[in-house]
Amino acid sequence: MLRDITLGQYYQADSVIHRLDPRVKLGSTILFIISLFVFDGAAGYIVAAVFLTLVINLSKVPFRFMVKGMKAIVFLLMITVVFNLFLTPGEPLFTIWKLKITKEGLRLAVLLAVRLSFLIIGSSIMTLTTTPNQLTDGLEKMLHPLNRIKVPVHEIAMMMSIALRFIPILMEETDKIMKAQLARCADFDSGNIIKRAKGLVPLLVPLFISAFRRANDLAMAMEARCYRGGEHRTKMKPLHYARRDFIAYAVVACYLVIGVAAGRLEPVLLAFVGITGGVSV
Amino acid sequence: MPIILDKVNHIYGQDTGTPLRALNNIDLVIPDGQFIGIIGHTGSGKSTLVQHLNGLMKATSGNIYFNGEDIDDEDFDKKKLRSKVGLVFQYPEHQLFETDVFTDVCFGPKNLGLSQKEIELRAYEALKLVGLDDEYFYQSPFDLSGGQKRRVAIAGVLAMKPQVLVLDEPTAGLDPKGRDEILEQVAKLKKETGITVILVSHSMDDVARYVDRIIVMNKGCILYDDTPRAVFRHYAKLEEIGLAAPQVTYIMRELQAHGYDVSDDVTTIDEAKDEIKRYFAGLVATGKGNR
Repeated sequence: MLRDITLGQYYQADSVIHRLDPRVKLGSTILFIISLFVFDGAAGYIVAAVFLTLVINLSKVPFRFMVKGMKAIVFLLMITVVFNLFLTPGEPLFTIWKLKITKEGLRLAVLLAVRLSFLIIGSSIMTLTTTPNQLTDGLEKMLHPLNRIKVPVHEIAMMMSIALRFIPILMEETDKIMKAQLARCADFDSGNIIKRAKGLVPLLVPLFISAFRRANDLAMAMEARCYRGGEHRTKMKPLHYARRDFIAYAVVACYLVIGVAAGRLEPVLLAFVGITGGVSV
Repeated sequence: MPIILDKVNHIYGQDTGTPLRALNNIDLVIPDGQFIGIIGHTGSGKSTLVQHLNGLMKATSGNIYFNGEDIDDEDFDKKKLRSKVGLVFQYPEHQLFETDVFTDVCFGPKNLGLSQKEIELRAYEALKLVGLDDEYFYQSPFDLSGGQKRRVAIAGVLAMKPQVLVLDEPTAGLDPKGRDEILEQVAKLKKETGITVILVSHSMDDVARYVDRIIVMNKGCILYDDTPRAVFRHYAKLEEIGLAAPQVTYIMRELQAHGYDVSDDVTTIDEAKDEIKRYFAGLVATGKGNR
């Protein structure tokens, strides 16, 4: 049940994408997401789709893993599509009972659905190919300049990596406690909402206790090894840009240029298709 | 109520890149009233196996029958199964959640929909069975010692009056005294109630003293399934898979190696005592006492 959430899970493989510097992946993901909101014609999204397919292929992560991540947002996606489809005013295409589907609504619904799914797939590629540790390392290095204005970057990164590290542990713990209470005939999935909420008490209380116990143990272990965060702390695996990282930046830049250009040229392209189409007829 | 496993397989993460076969074609019959020890190295599949017995885990393939009924049938009442096959997990004290001991033990019987009177009666009986004194009944379970917490957790399962009690590493993390107390209590419980008890452990010494049947698991398969005595005869193979015979067996073997004519077919300290006594009695009888 809980294990089905792929979003934020690492997939072990040996690929170019896996080996890229986490900063490249973080930066590119952000650029990719921005690009999705800049494009608003079919041409831009075709370019984005081609780019995504390319990266997924390079990453050696099976496509079904990305789709698994999509499951989590299916509900959100449906709501977005349905609302846009029926509630956008404009030129009506056809009417079902009292609901009007407009040309603009259809366009917007498709656009948003594509945008959202690309967004999720794009960010899943990052999390599937980057370990949480690499990710926080990358983030720390990227945000390092903020240290000058007294932002505790290292501490924030540390908290993030601990939080990420604890997700699977706490999930496993939840699973264990759930089973233990199920063995005592607990009922987690029947009855009305109040009964169900009450049913969670035997799960949540032990879970919180165990989370605090683990936090305590971790703090103790860190103290015992004289952990002092921040300045002068060296890394076991310092981040260095390699040639492939610059190539990756270049590829992303190319993608952006092509995407924007395709968007600009869309009317021209359409006209061209129209002319050739006309000629062939 | 016997449990029968027929060619049960369990594979973890079947649809990921690294599937793991935890149970491999397990055939097993657990009749009423036995005291069974399941032994195996870490990762041998013993915990996975016992979670199949009360339907917490679903077999990837194969069937499990409880009292002649297939537990994976659509209309099979899993809740009833779980009340009949009580499973005490590793570190069961981590599942305690109520404000006092007594209420926590009431959780199981309450889920069975019994009357308040019956619930409290069962909780009381269960706490008595695990040997917890009345003075602790209304304390917070979090204020108790590790061994006491564990007893409360075991009582929480016993209060459902299971016919089969499965204990997964009940002595993990306890000191020798706590360990002996828990095991003694379980043995006593077995004797008093006559229920089937399955003890999962990786310590031969824990198990040898109490059980009358040992199942040795290795890499998801059942390696041996026999009386303790018969299983420990395979001590060389046991060592190979990271287990060992009870320490007392080794002492007897060592005595043999030093020329004392004792049997090494011994699994408990009491048996060893009798065997050594027998040996000396034999010496006295033949007049060779001044060796």
